[in-house]
Amino acid sequence: MTFSWSRPITKIRKLALLSSLGVGLIASTLAGEAANAKTFRFAFQGELKAVDIYALKESFSLGVLSNVYEGLVRRNAEMKLEPALAERWETIDPLRWRFYLRKGVKFHNGEDFTADDVLFSVDRIRTPGSDLKANLPADLVAVKVDDYTVDFVLKTPNPLLIAEWETFSIFSRKWAVANGATEATSASATTPPYAALHANGTGPFIIVSHEPGVKTVFKANPNWWDKPKHNLDEVIFTPVTSSATRVAALLSGEVDWIDPVPVADIPRVESNPGTMVAAGPELRTIYLSFDQMRPELTGSNVKGKNPFKDVRVRKAFYQAIDVETIKTKVMRNLATPSPVMIAPALFSKYNDFKRFPYDPEASKKLLAEAGYPQGFEVTLDCPNDRYVNDEAICQAVVGMLARVGVKINLLAQTKSKYFAKILASGGYDTSFYLLGWTPATLENYNVFSNLMMCRDEKGKGSPTNLGGYCNPKMDDLVNKALVEPDPAKQEAMYAEAYKIALFDDVGYIPLHQQALAWGMSKKIKVPQRPDNYFIFAWVNKE
Amino acid sequence: MTAEPLIDTDITPRTDGTDERRGRFARLLDSDIMASFLASKLTVLAGFVTFAFLIIALFAPLIAPFNPFDPAQVFLIDARDPPIWMAGSDPRFLLGTDDQGRDMLSALFYGLRVSLLIGGLGVLLSALIGVTLGLIAGYAGGRIDALIMRIADIQLTFPAILIALLVDGVVHALLKSGGREDTAFGVMVLSIGLSFWVQYARTVRGSTLVERNKDYVHAARLIGLRSPQILWRHVLPNVLGPVLVIATINLALAVITEATLSFLGVGLPPTQPSLGTLIRIGNAYLFSGEWWIVAFPGITLAVLVIAVNMLGDWLRDALNPRLR
Amino acid sequence: MLAFILRRLGSAAIVLIFVGVLAFILFRYVGDPVNQMVGIDTSIADRDRLRESLGLNDSVIVQALRFLGHAAMFDFGVSYQFKRPVAELLIERMPATLELSLISALLSLVIGIPMGVASALGKDRWYAKLLQAVSLAGISLPTFLIGILFIYLFSVTLRWFPSFGRGDTVKLGTYWTTGLLTSSGLRALILPAMTLALFQMTLIMRLVRSEMLEVLRSDHIRFARARGLPARSINFRHALKNSLVPVITVAGLQLGSVIAFATITETVFQWPGMGLLFLQSVQNVDVPIMAAYLLFVAAMFVAINLVVDILYLAVDPRLKTTSKAH
Repeated sequence: MTFSWSRPITKIRKLALLSSLGVGLIASTLAGEAANAKTFRFAFQGELKAVDIYALKESFSLGVLSNVYEGLVRRNAEMKLEPALAERWETIDPLRWRFYLRKGVKFHNGEDFTADDVLFSVDRIRTPGSDLKANLPADLVAVKVDDYTVDFVLKTPNPLLIAEWETFSIFSRKWAVANGATEATSASATTPPYAALHANGTGPFIIVSHEPGVKTVFKANPNWWDKPKHNLDEVIFTPVTSSATRVAALLSGEVDWIDPVPVADIPRVESNPGTMVAAGPELRTIYLSFDQMRPELTGSNVKGKNPFKDVRVRKAFYQAIDVETIKTKVMRNLATPSPVMIAPALFSKYNDFKRFPYDPEASKKLLAEAGYPQGFEVTLDCPNDRYVNDEAICQAVVGMLARVGVKINLLAQTKSKYFAKILASGGYDTSFYLLGWTPATLENYNVFSNLMMCRDEKGKGSPTNLGGYCNPKMDDLVNKALVEPDPAKQEAMYAEAYKIALFDDVGYIPLHQQALAWGMSKKIKVPQRPDNYFIFAWVNKE
Repeated sequence: MTAEPLIDTDITPRTDGTDERRGRFARLLDSDIMASFLASKLTVLAGFVTFAFLIIALFAPLIAPFNPFDPAQVFLIDARDPPIWMAGSDPRFLLGTDDQGRDMLSALFYGLRVSLLIGGLGVLLSALIGVTLGLIAGYAGGRIDALIMRIADIQLTFPAILIALLVDGVVHALLKSGGREDTAFGVMVLSIGLSFWVQYARTVRGSTLVERNKDYVHAARLIGLRSPQILWRHVLPNVLGPVLVIATINLALAVITEATLSFLGVGLPPTQPSLGTLIRIGNAYLFSGEWWIVAFPGITLAVLVIAVNMLGDWLRDALNPRLR
Repeated sequence: MLAFILRRLGSAAIVLIFVGVLAFILFRYVGDPVNQMVGIDTSIADRDRLRESLGLNDSVIVQALRFLGHAAMFDFGVSYQFKRPVAELLIERMPATLELSLISALLSLVIGIPMGVASALGKDRWYAKLLQAVSLAGISLPTFLIGILFIYLFSVTLRWFPSFGRGDTVKLGTYWTTGLLTSSGLRALILPAMTLALFQMTLIMRLVRSEMLEVLRSDHIRFARARGLPARSINFRHALKNSLVPVITVAGLQLGSVIAFATITETVFQWPGMGLLFLQSVQNVDVPIMAAYLLFVAAMFVAINLVVDILYLAVDPRLKTTSKAH
């Protein structure tokens, strides 16, 4: 793997999985058509809701449905973009991208894939029911050159144009028209949307049946255009909500793969003969931040002013938190404490940064200087079923801040209530919160534009900048960096922007990148993508 | 969860013709009953255990070695230490520590206190609602009776989990971003109180129907006492026996319900755990070999529930003379 | 009699309408459904548009009335999460829940009755007391913990039974799927049924015990004893038979709560029934499913109560004046 895990993970085998893929292929041909067809069973904590890939922007369903639907491009196990339904592409000029489509590709129902389907998909992904509208710039126009060539015309140059095109999946126009599925699945429809229950992609797997919330069965697509990297005949997915049950199902051999394995259960899965844990770095950064916008906090005993507007208070919070102990005790070493808001794999200058040291004494001093020698009270908003050990992390933060005199009221709740409170739709009702973020485009700009640039009360600007941190100097720098053609200069500009926001202003407390922990049967070989998309089309089973 | 008819339905008082003026409550102190209590060693044991738990709960802050509710005294570095008789233990922590480094023993003491307080207040609230509505329904009869019993029917269709979620939501909406710690306790009490009143209402209504037609009530009415007075002074004491029995058993049930709600993510905050919250947290360590995080709260809860239920059994048998 | 039934049907309808309206009014406090339907970085404009198209911007009363209007025609809307008609989802999940509930009710009777008889006949003996204490095991730990302990013991350690799901099912007719006809289906049923039955077993056992004790004291048993009938015949032919009527009645009444109770068990064992669907819908703020499920449970409670009342009325006409027999 090209991703560098900053330190070795003790006890967890690092998987050299990629090299084994070829071996798996040979094994499968040797085994021939054995009596038992190869069925791969897997369980995840959440459900696969609708099988319309445009319906929900969420990594699990996008990952699973990527086995059924394909985009013009795709990402390999190293996250590099490679051709998929497009054989190749070129930028004729910064405002015109030309894609040459692959010939001879067929949808699962046997129809040919052509430029019309691409044009249709551009329209479909922009229909009101789609949650993936942001994958294409709003000003983009698709132009058919011939049946196998499509031009994408832009109004402003956009170097990140195809960053999210793996999930800009291509739908068959004829199929969609014939079945009334020309609009992306919308929940408000009074009749059941056809595409929510039926899929017709070009990918390596075909959906045989989909019982939402119960079971989804896939079978291998014998007519797939590419050489399969898997040796499976059938794949069965079951959601298993309860963590203990999910782990039990793996231990007893009822399923071949589960996600996630609670970190506490990793040694158990490792010691069980026949199962193991594949742990690797995930791209998600977990961080804390504060309301720096309101004149008075909504969840605090400090009245008439907002203590978080004072950089000393923010830094005091930062230095009161012992992220190393959280790593060892709460995360059982399956985390990388992070100085910035992005994973090391996505930022070349990551290692130039160093977190402020853990120093409760300095923290107390800063609080006293800021006029809070006795500390103050504030509510911490935290999900309890969203990120790895989220509630336990928050609890640890409560204890650490208590020792510098700050009393935290912990409001740890289920994600539906948590997000309803803290996001724009809830009026950003939070004073201090924990959140996790994976940049969908896998680069820095996404982090800044979503989390860190100025916004107004309504959320115009960076919509997920919940605390409203704002430094126009940083915004300028980031906007310049976006269009900087020289990658080295661009990275340096982003680095400067992180320095301003995280070290000069201490607008955020990045905690760590959490790890992925897949539980698998030892019979399974599969590469792990750090964005936690599960591509079972890469699975080889003994 | 509607756990209403868990308890035998035959605890409505039976009229045995004698002793009508003396309430069953008064008879509790009867030496006969004390004798039946002492006659069974198991009952004595159950009584002793319950009493001990009550004492622990009452004096938890005095006898616990640590204060697990003070985050400043909890050090993450101590997390998941095993009990003192195992390798790798820390002599400060007799029963080990939980995932945050809290002393298990202290957490148990405090958790017991929280659980019993929630259970007790919840039961009190449900008894208050149930007895009041039951008395009114039974005494007034007619439309009022029908209305109250229909409300009871409606209530039965709402699982406790949903009641808790709704109460929690409404409380938060009303208080506008009140912290969880301040409100969670009240939310739990209210949820349990609103989930369990139906049984009291039905039982008391049944008893009241019987009592209402008795001579002493007619007499009271004749001398001009008003309905509330009759209900309060005369009918109520006679239906308190069964209420006491239900309350005892519901106390156990309330503690269990609180644990279940915690499992569903609407329980008490992890910073001030009840027994149920401790079990919910420890539940995650069942497979990993750190059994003490779930085993001790689990055993404590089981022993508490069994002891309280046995007391309830004894009370029911003792209050029902036909079973003696 | 007819008038009574009509009156009860009328009040049943009122109960259902009440449940529907009440549920709907309160649901808006459970959370924001839109957050669960889109990704975290979905724009505010898109969220508003979705909210509008779902009718969430209308007043709660309007929403509730609209829901009731549709529900009266058995149209419960489309699930926010699964984008499928709720009625279809519920019908699909119903067999799993009903099979689990019925089997566990049966199990609790089969185990609970002998235990109750033994502890009644041996009243005051040590083993009877012990039985009573042991029977409390079913209610002394939260269901979720019992379920997980079962899984740990029987699935992971002994590997006797599967830890989740329903095994292979067979389709009977258009709507019904059954797991009772395949070996994997039967094996999958055992752990959840036992978990669910434990709680009921405690109730049945205690009920049998106290009914038996009552009956054993009644005049006709005393008379039978006086006549010198053998103890075995008295205990089982007469006493048990007489105790069972109320036990069966209560067990029937309990079926409603068993189904409501099954939610936790279904969650732990990932049993694809209505309870699991309901809990997931609570987490996802899937209002149409929550509302329809509650209406279903309410209808079931009302129906069972009604049937019991009518039966009692048929048996004992004197009860005509008091509406409730329970």
